[in-house]
Amino acid sequence: MTQLTPTTAPPPVPEAAGTIEHATGPGRRRRGGLLGWFRGDGPHTLVFLLPLLFSFVLFSWKPIVDAAVMAFQRTNLITPPEWVGLDNFATVLGDPLLGAAVVNTLWFAALALLLGYPVPLVVAVLMSEVRRARGLYSALAYLPVIVPPVVGALLWKFFYDASPNGVFNTIVGWIGVGPLPWLQDQATAMPSIVLFATWSAAGGTIIIYLAALVGVAPELYDAAEVDGAGVWRKVWHVTLPQLRGVLLITFILQIIGTAQVFLEPFLLTAGGPANSTMTVLMLIYKYAFQNSLGGDYGAATALSIMLAVVLAIFSAIYFRLTKSWSTS
Amino acid sequence: MSSTTTRAALSGVALLSSAALLAGCAGAPAPEASEGAPVTITVSIDAGLEKEARDNFDARVALFEKANEGITVEAQEYTWTAPTFTTDLAGGTLPDVFTIPFTDGRGLIANRQLADISGLVAALPYADQFNPHVAQAGQAEDGSQWAIPIAAYGQGLHYNRTLFEAAGLDPDAPPTTWAEVREAAKKIADATGEAGYATMTSGNTGGWILTTLVNAFGGRTESADAAAATIATDPAVRDALEYLHELRWDDDAMGANFLYDWGTINQDFAAGRIGMYVSGGGNYGNLVTQNALNPDDYGLTVLPLQGADPGLLGGGTLAAVSPKASPAEQAAAVKWIDFYYMAKLADEATAVETAELAASLDQPVGAPELPVFGEEQFAAYQSWIAPFVNVPVEQMAPYTENIFDQPLIAEPRVATQDVYALLDTVVQSVLTDRNADIDRLLADVQTQADALYAKAG
Repeated sequence: MTQLTPTTAPPPVPEAAGTIEHATGPGRRRRGGLLGWFRGDGPHTLVFLLPLLFSFVLFSWKPIVDAAVMAFQRTNLITPPEWVGLDNFATVLGDPLLGAAVVNTLWFAALALLLGYPVPLVVAVLMSEVRRARGLYSALAYLPVIVPPVVGALLWKFFYDASPNGVFNTIVGWIGVGPLPWLQDQATAMPSIVLFATWSAAGGTIIIYLAALVGVAPELYDAAEVDGAGVWRKVWHVTLPQLRGVLLITFILQIIGTAQVFLEPFLLTAGGPANSTMTVLMLIYKYAFQNSLGGDYGAATALSIMLAVVLAIFSAIYFRLTKSWSTS
Repeated sequence: MSSTTTRAALSGVALLSSAALLAGCAGAPAPEASEGAPVTITVSIDAGLEKEARDNFDARVALFEKANEGITVEAQEYTWTAPTFTTDLAGGTLPDVFTIPFTDGRGLIANRQLADISGLVAALPYADQFNPHVAQAGQAEDGSQWAIPIAAYGQGLHYNRTLFEAAGLDPDAPPTTWAEVREAAKKIADATGEAGYATMTSGNTGGWILTTLVNAFGGRTESADAAAATIATDPAVRDALEYLHELRWDDDAMGANFLYDWGTINQDFAAGRIGMYVSGGGNYGNLVTQNALNPDDYGLTVLPLQGADPGLLGGGTLAAVSPKASPAEQAAAVKWIDFYYMAKLADEATAVETAELAASLDQPVGAPELPVFGEEQFAAYQSWIAPFVNVPVEQMAPYTENIFDQPLIAEPRVATQDVYALLDTVVQSVLTDRNADIDRLLADVQTQADALYAKAG
């Protein structure tokens, strides 16, 4: 079958060489070098850039560099620090709690993925079908995100009271389920935390998915309907493939976010019961701040660096593997 | 804009920013104050004081400054917390005079994170009158006093009189043995559905209260020479955990919530959800002023002691001086500590004035505490503040009448908080896992504690 489009691009037409110069304006020669920079937009750019650069360097880059340096030192912030090479990393890797922390973090990530990844998508799909009052539903969906995380955590901690007249136990009591231990049992503590985390974060993802869904061409749905697809087949064959760019991004963001979970276990269970909700970030906090005689800042920064490196490697692999699927 | 120019510009900007950063970070060192020169000290005051309390404080400051020409006192709201102390010290935002709990005194002194004011303290008129059990918390290895004890307490068993009555128990006859505590807990849980007995388990308080229990059972978690942990070897540790296990799983008398720390257990007790719990004897103030406890509900008794060599774990507060204070500032700081903290214990007029103000602000006066000096001085102090006492002393009589008969002991000396943290996990396991293997848990903690003791040398 003959190709209707050429397989290779046609060679550049010689006249095209002049158009680049034309694009900068008639008769305007671009001057290179510092002088050109000064006369051009250079100083304006710099003036606008400097405050941002200053605060970024001061509050983002300097702490990162300091932490990287501190990971190779032993310091109590008062006496001059001493260099200890890789001792801090050895201490961290030899800590029995590290294994538990990594497993718990992965467990949290897996549960959060299971619960927190499909639920916003389903809700967004349902909401996109609604014709009227979509704005109201969007606002309601986003409401939990507006609740400050600490307030939400303390509220849910109260709701999770394990006695028979705790709020959630009363509610499940209506359907005949016995009082559940929620945060007070090693097996149910992490799922309880994930439930709260999903509730508080789903709203943002729903809004993102909703925006992406609205951008899907309706002709695709019409074509699918003509082929006899029901709602869920349409979702599987039209919506998801069209959304794959957004889905890929939200997936990696979710992984990176859940790997750094701290607030929920810190406020709800303080890592308990019996370290069943101790995550990597909680371990870092424990190293740095839970000893009243001055924490092991070297170990804390060493673990932080290791976490950052692991996440960076994971992201690199992820983007490599999903390059063929992405839309960009 | 060519790429070389871009790169040059960017590196110029980066250099500029780094230079600005470094200039900002390197602070100029404070000049040394010469002898006799005016000196300014910052002293800590409680955060969120009522207006009258703050006015009173300012009046005391004025009195002090008048009596000590050349010393200026500046107040700084400060609350000691474990996570922020070291960073405050490193960042220079620690006041010159601040208070720390007993449990951290020796550790901070060993780390040189407090100023050595022992020479100045030795010159105080009452330097040799401190209760030795209380003074040891602020002493260095050689016995010199680096921090001054300003308040002391012993652990006690707090109980809810209303829940006792609801369970058919006599609130004026609280349990005197651990077996009686267990019976009472079961009765309360059966009759009211609330936790008959509860214990702290997190934020290092689990280990703290477990150690208290072990001591009350006649054992220790540390050898007498502080060379090793005795967690897996002392039978009282196992006994205490078995006791909790039975209360929790056999009697179901500990309610349904097991992640308590100092603040949250006080909250639930004040809310009437806990029948009995062990904590510091001076908690009444916090329970009433911050947790709205109904004073009629409150009862306090001593911990039952059993076994061969039981002891009562004590605690308290030390006043210390920042190691960044110059010698002149240290001298001024000790004078302030003497004037502000010690006078209201040792001097009748100040004690009366302080108690009167506190009573007028509806702050509790007369909550149980242990003598910082000797018993006779303590008795005299109690008589001075007697007219202003507004706490239900009769309800605390089982404690105040028996506390002096109990042998007071100090907390474990080595890696205290770290071992407490390890024990937190054990207590939480025992309370949340019916099949927790107590021996294995204790063996694990012993191994880790051995490593901590070895590291401490």
